[in-house]
Amino acid sequence: MNNKGKSYYLIPYYLWIALFVVAPVLLIIYYSLFDLDGHLTLNNYLNFFTPVYLKMTLNSFWYAFLITVFSLLIAYPAAYLLTRTKHKQLWLLLIILPTWINLLLKTYAFIGIFGTFGPVNTFLDLLGIGEQQILFTGFSFVFVSVYIFIPFMILPIYSALEELNLSLLDAARDLGASSWTTFRRVIFPLTISGVRSGCMAVFIPALSLFMITRLIAGSRVITLGTAIEQHFLVTQDWGMGSTVAVFLIAIMALFMILWGGSRKGVRHEK
Amino acid sequence: MKQLVNALLAIMLTAFALMYLGSWMNSNEGYSGENTLTIYNWGDYIEPELLEEFEAETGITVIYQTFDSNEAMLTKVEQGGTTFDVVIPSDYAIAKMKEEKLLVPLDSAKIPNLSNIDPRFMDLSFDPGNLYSVPYFWGTVGIIYNPDMTQGIDFTSWDSLWDKRLNNSIFLVDGAREVMGMALNSLHYSVNDQNEEHLQEALTKLNKLSPNVKAIVGDEIKMLLANEEAAVGIVWSGDASEIMSENDKLEYVVPEEGSNKWFDNMVIPRTAANVEGAHQFINFMLRPEIAAKNAEYVGYSTPNIEALKLLPSEVSEDTRFYPPAEITDRLEVYDNLGKRMLAHYNELFLKFKMNKK
Repeated sequence: MNNKGKSYYLIPYYLWIALFVVAPVLLIIYYSLFDLDGHLTLNNYLNFFTPVYLKMTLNSFWYAFLITVFSLLIAYPAAYLLTRTKHKQLWLLLIILPTWINLLLKTYAFIGIFGTFGPVNTFLDLLGIGEQQILFTGFSFVFVSVYIFIPFMILPIYSALEELNLSLLDAARDLGASSWTTFRRVIFPLTISGVRSGCMAVFIPALSLFMITRLIAGSRVITLGTAIEQHFLVTQDWGMGSTVAVFLIAIMALFMILWGGSRKGVRHEK
Repeated sequence: MKQLVNALLAIMLTAFALMYLGSWMNSNEGYSGENTLTIYNWGDYIEPELLEEFEAETGITVIYQTFDSNEAMLTKVEQGGTTFDVVIPSDYAIAKMKEEKLLVPLDSAKIPNLSNIDPRFMDLSFDPGNLYSVPYFWGTVGIIYNPDMTQGIDFTSWDSLWDKRLNNSIFLVDGAREVMGMALNSLHYSVNDQNEEHLQEALTKLNKLSPNVKAIVGDEIKMLLANEEAAVGIVWSGDASEIMSENDKLEYVVPEEGSNKWFDNMVIPRTAANVEGAHQFINFMLRPEIAAKNAEYVGYSTPNIEALKLLPSEVSEDTRFYPPAEITDRLEVYDNLGKRMLAHYNELFLKFKMNKK
């Protein structure tokens, strides 16, 4: 079959994209142009550039950044060890297993674990550190989010590490590279694609987290996701909610482009 | 090519199947003919036995559905896919539904039991003359506190919340009207105040409360307070009674400066298919022994004065949940502020939340 014939196969895919990706984005942009009384306006966009929303944007970024960094710090060594274990499939299953449990349930469990009378505080008490406020802090927010996102970081890194040609490592050693140099110059650059897709799979959803901000952080952390939820469900100000969503989409797209671009950069270096 | 056609066919078939399933489910859940009655109520907000009793008595089959917020209810009723016959929204939502002409006027001749309702709870601002709605349950907004953890602080004033000893020990409910209303009340303004200066003053005062606020939470507030995660909470009286049934150390008080009184009323939406049955149901729920049974199960305050007489005296004489007229007269119902003002309230509340850390 020639190339032309093959492109027909893409039609269902394009249909899908048009209906469920392009159309909703266009609708969001359309809604963002209306104020509460249904008048056409750009005021929503001006409103976004007020301290409240700018601070919220910075907040969202800062926390999404923290969540991604900590997930990566934990996931990379974990994925590396995973490729070295005997019962890979079993370990992999154990890592994926928590994602089968409803997000809300896991979050609720943490309210109990981190609570004033929860097991963590009992343990701290035993150690003589005494009771700490863990729930409703930025720390607990990052901790729970990292816990939730870690499988999405481990999986792409794991598959990148699996594809790594082991003889390259032997070659590096033969040529006198220390294990740190081997990691820095051989292993990491070759698995960077896994790291990149892992970071994207974590950073982008982390930007728009909303439920955990209230349940675990007690509204101490306010993200753009929270604002969207509030505008759609409480204020019924769909215009402003859509405007925040438009910015979120734009920012995410920008990140994808930047990340995608840097890959070429790495290749050219070699 | 063949595979492509197959794929397209599969998509079309799935879409049609889903459409058919959707319309089938709609017609099933919303079907309200002569002999069915579709009721739309808050979750866990009726004694289920009463529905069976109503069915046995009238021969009408009840279809019962629940919602978890007035906003969700409004969206579903507005969209009109399902023909609900009786809906039980809160005060401000009723005002909104009235404005949007979503309600059918009640025929008071068909609801003789209306005379059982305490006149205090009739003819309120959201529905003057009760043309469209009949009170189901009512309550207040107040302070719930744990005397063991509050060093004898007296909570009869909202100002007590600003006490330095309460550092990091208050839970607020995540609602702009409730939190802004509390701040306005503490300044002796109305919970419906629309004066910009007053609102800014309230925001300034709220920001000073920040060090005392441990968290702003949703429905979890009940579990958190019952588990003594914090000493004090701002809650609705219905939630308070639920929390206190789990942890009897806690106390509930409605501060003297005033507060909100809220109502959940029964209404008949315009989409109703069985208006006759809806009237029958409303009248049934207003019977003293039925209303008393319902109040005992739900645990909220009943507006039915005859039903109140049937309740055990430790319930009916509990002034925390059945405050006397001189207190309820001081409490205000939330007015429908309109979209613009509501958005402004939310914006101020958001500023307060952003400021907190």
